[in-house]
Amino acid sequence: MTLLRHTPKEITERSALTINPAKTCQPIGAMYAALGIHGCLPHSHGSQGCCAYHRSALTRHYKEPVSAATSSFTEGASVFGGQANLLQAIENIFTVYEPEIIAVHTTCLSETIGDDLNQIRDKAQKEGKIPAGKHVIGASTPSYVGSHVTGFSNMVKSAVAQLAESTGHKNGKVNILPGWVEPSDMEEIKRLATLVGVDSILLPDTSGVLNGPLSGEYKMFPEGGTTVEEIKATGDAIGTLALGEWCSADAARLLDSQFKVPCKVLDMPFGLKATDRFIDALRTVAGVSVPNEINTERGQLVDLISDMHQYFYHKKVALVGDPDQLIAMTEFLVSIDMLPVHIVTGTPGKAFERRIREITKELPCEVNVKAKGDMFLLHQWIKNEPVDLLLGNTYCKYIARDEDIPFVRFGFPILDRVGHQYFPSVGYKGGLRLLEKILGVLLDRKDRDDPEETFELVL
Amino acid sequence: MAKTKHRLVKWEPTAIKEELLSKYPPKVARKRAKQILINEAQENETPEIQANVRTIPGIITMRGCTYAGCKGVILGPTRDIVNITHGPIGCGFYSWLTRRNQTDATAEGAENYMPYCFSTDMQDQDIIFGGEKKLEKAIQEAYDTFHPKAIAIFATCPVGLIGDDIHAVAKKMKEKFGDCNVFAFSCEGYKGVSQSAGHHIANNQIFKHVVGENDADKPGEYKINLLGEYNIGGDGFEIDRILKKCGISNIATFSGNSTYDQFASAHVADLNCVMCHRSINYVADMLETKFGIPWIKVNFIGAEATAKSLRKIAQYFGDKKLIEKVEAVIAEEMPLVDAVRDDVRTRTEGKTAMLFVGGSRAHHYQELFAEIGMKTLSAGYEFAHRDDYEGREVIPDLKVDADSRNIEEIEVNADPERYSPRKPAEEIAKLEAAGYKFKHYDGMIPEMDKGTIVIDDLNQYEAEKLVELLHPDIFCAGIKEKFSIQKLGVPMKQLHSYDSGGPYAGFSGAINFYKEIDRLVNSRVWSYMKAPWQENPELSATYVWE
Ligand code: SF4
Ligand code: SF4
Repeated sequence: MTLLRHTPKEITERSALTINPAKTCQPIGAMYAALGIHGCLPHSHGSQGCCAYHRSALTRHYKEPVSAATSSFTEGASVFGGQANLLQAIENIFTVYEPEIIAVHTTCLSETIGDDLNQIRDKAQKEGKIPAGKHVIGASTPSYVGSHVTGFSNMVKSAVAQLAESTGHKNGKVNILPGWVEPSDMEEIKRLATLVGVDSILLPDTSGVLNGPLSGEYKMFPEGGTTVEEIKATGDAIGTLALGEWCSADAARLLDSQFKVPCKVLDMPFGLKATDRFIDALRTVAGVSVPNEINTERGQLVDLISDMHQYFYHKKVALVGDPDQLIAMTEFLVSIDMLPVHIVTGTPGKAFERRIREITKELPCEVNVKAKGDMFLLHQWIKNEPVDLLLGNTYCKYIARDEDIPFVRFGFPILDRVGHQYFPSVGYKGGLRLLEKILGVLLDRKDRDDPEETFELVL
Repeated sequence: MAKTKHRLVKWEPTAIKEELLSKYPPKVARKRAKQILINEAQENETPEIQANVRTIPGIITMRGCTYAGCKGVILGPTRDIVNITHGPIGCGFYSWLTRRNQTDATAEGAENYMPYCFSTDMQDQDIIFGGEKKLEKAIQEAYDTFHPKAIAIFATCPVGLIGDDIHAVAKKMKEKFGDCNVFAFSCEGYKGVSQSAGHHIANNQIFKHVVGENDADKPGEYKINLLGEYNIGGDGFEIDRILKKCGISNIATFSGNSTYDQFASAHVADLNCVMCHRSINYVADMLETKFGIPWIKVNFIGAEATAKSLRKIAQYFGDKKLIEKVEAVIAEEMPLVDAVRDDVRTRTEGKTAMLFVGGSRAHHYQELFAEIGMKTLSAGYEFAHRDDYEGREVIPDLKVDADSRNIEEIEVNADPERYSPRKPAEEIAKLEAAGYKFKHYDGMIPEMDKGTIVIDDLNQYEAEKLVELLHPDIFCAGIKEKFSIQKLGVPMKQLHSYDSGGPYAGFSGAINFYKEIDRLVNSRVWSYMKAPWQENPELSATYVWE
């Protein structure tokens, strides 16, 4: 029996009811970004449930400890404002957990009341609740605007807005804002930059924080993360490469307007072409030629595409996820002659639909795309026009099972598989991995479905 | 076999308490001191603990919120109600399929909305101009698309603040549809101090809007309801299997694997059996007051506890046929349980555990650990009230504070037509004289050893300290705690959602649990924390092949 048995094939317009959302709320993105700052305790300013939910969701995805504190609003705070709670929290946090920095984000509750984080921070400063050399930053992340992606972007922007400094002397470094990608992806981005010879500051950087070792020791603040010193130095960088319009562009533009750090907004480096553009940008910034090692990696990816092309060619794909990731992913699929036909993101933004239309305009088929869509709609599209492959987060597995579609997990959250923490999907190496996973499910399917007479050993 | 590192428990409990408190600012320490108790509970004196009080801002708590208790815990496991979260997208998203409530909707034509997440996804204009219109429209769209028998609405934090009247909208839509019950829950996250408030709000509304809606008689000889069982990892399936085998009919489970009709028919049962006292004891009281159904506390976690609970149910009905059947079932089930337990016990005897989970689980699971010879060093609840620690005797002394006052209490009276005492008063008295206890719960403390440490609303800092100081062989809590504990080299078992395991209730559940704990505490992985060169860092200047 089907699990999503009440999903009708017939599509009716819904304007008020979201079913099976393809996004979640801002604060979780802010929390994830804050975890990529070294010695940082994220703090959720609102009632404790939001914080519990965000920690649980991140923990389930990364299978790592996720510490974050909360202002624990009760009814009183909700009516009279949460200033007293936050002041008390700041004092308790610095005493008990001794972080270098607290990154506060609002929730829909504190936003609706209108708590002013900057004012509360200044008050804490005046009352001596922030020890010397320690920091408190704040980001406004109401959950009735944008999505988790916007929350991520807001926290990164707040970090540079409130910490970056300009000494007037360029430090020769390049800021790289990787956007909401996995710790493994951040590591890979750093590796590529280093290979090309670019001295970079990656912000945020969750590698080492959310893919740590098991050693019998627990550190609330592991080695990883962008240090406050590094964030300060972003104001003196020679330039910023922002990966992803949704996740990273705001912070990059702020560094540009405030500190005259020029920026370039690129797509997230998923797949061949977006990685090409990223490497090309790194090379140009550093004024060097691309090392052979990278050419080899690229060549390996191209090689695999050509070797296995017959298995991808004109296969239809449905995909759901976050805008920056989907744009690069869609381009990758098109570049290997696959047909992404149904594309949904939950994060609002007309620009998304425009970009996807551009990328898919030469495809020999209709393409459904919706920003601010949901997975219920995606499923209905699939019922009307079946696909050969589904790409998305773990919630897609209900659709995959009902409709019997090969499925590759990609995006957030992945609750039932591992690997995303450790193996990158960005860069050419990441492209190899993505392709290997896609091939894996497509060929498994072929092996399962081929009749006895045509079942073959060599593929 | 793997060698687990064993640190001798040298610490005095009072020293541990001091150590836990030492890092706090004085005000925090004073408050926490009242929530940490060294158990001396023996015989008649149960010490007092502070519970169900506010979480301290900035102290990393294990708790969730009222909405989570209401939508997640209580209504989450009902399959044929369309649960619409009214609010921004997050709350609905996070409570979507994350509790491992299993449900059996395989029957022909059965409805199952559990894999769906419904939300009004409020936007800023809804916050500014009010969200009632959008809610109304969302309910209409849900009705048009699914035609369910019931739609439930859940309020999130901003809804309460902007003052949307969700109850009025629900009422209006219910009248409009005629064939679909629509009701709402004012379970804004900030109400109360924990999930517990949400349980209360959920139960009250279900009692008001659904219980008693279906008067049709239900087949079966010995009719019970099972209250406070949520079918995590299939626990409810196992309990149902056993009950069925004994010939006992379970009319309604609140709310694991449940349906709308089960709730609607709950008032036809003859006995209420309460599993999780915390989340639902007041429903048992209300069912008794309104319909005359008595209640007893049961526990199906642990093989002995299961047998005891079955006997208790049989004794209530007092029917020889049932009593014999129950004995026969126990006799049939126990040998396998015994065999596995005896085998596992050779590897678990003398090991230690800590349990910090929501309500009853921190209590019930100690029984399973005891069955395999494991000692509980420390335990506590995430959101219990004092009666869950100290027993129901303290209920009259509980002060109603500001945070509890805004949780609706409903006034219940005997139903003029449908109230009927299930047993003559003399019979009840006779049972009681023979030591049978109705409406009774001793709480967790009396069952714990002297010198164990009971901690309410444990937080991350204390958890880590406790593990460092006492190095238990296993720690039980929830997903947020799991990996920080494991980083310390101690296996951690989730008891809210069971990781991927279960069922752990009943007889086969006990077997599953014994094996699972054996696997966890004896896993080789815990011996790999240090690489050989970290264990013996001295370098000697020799070549490997010498
Ligand atoms: S939507 Fe708002 S109330 Fe819900 S979890 Fe997100 S921040 Fe919290
Ligand atoms: S045991 Fe805890 S988490 Fe479970 S239902 Fe009871 S109160 Fe809730």
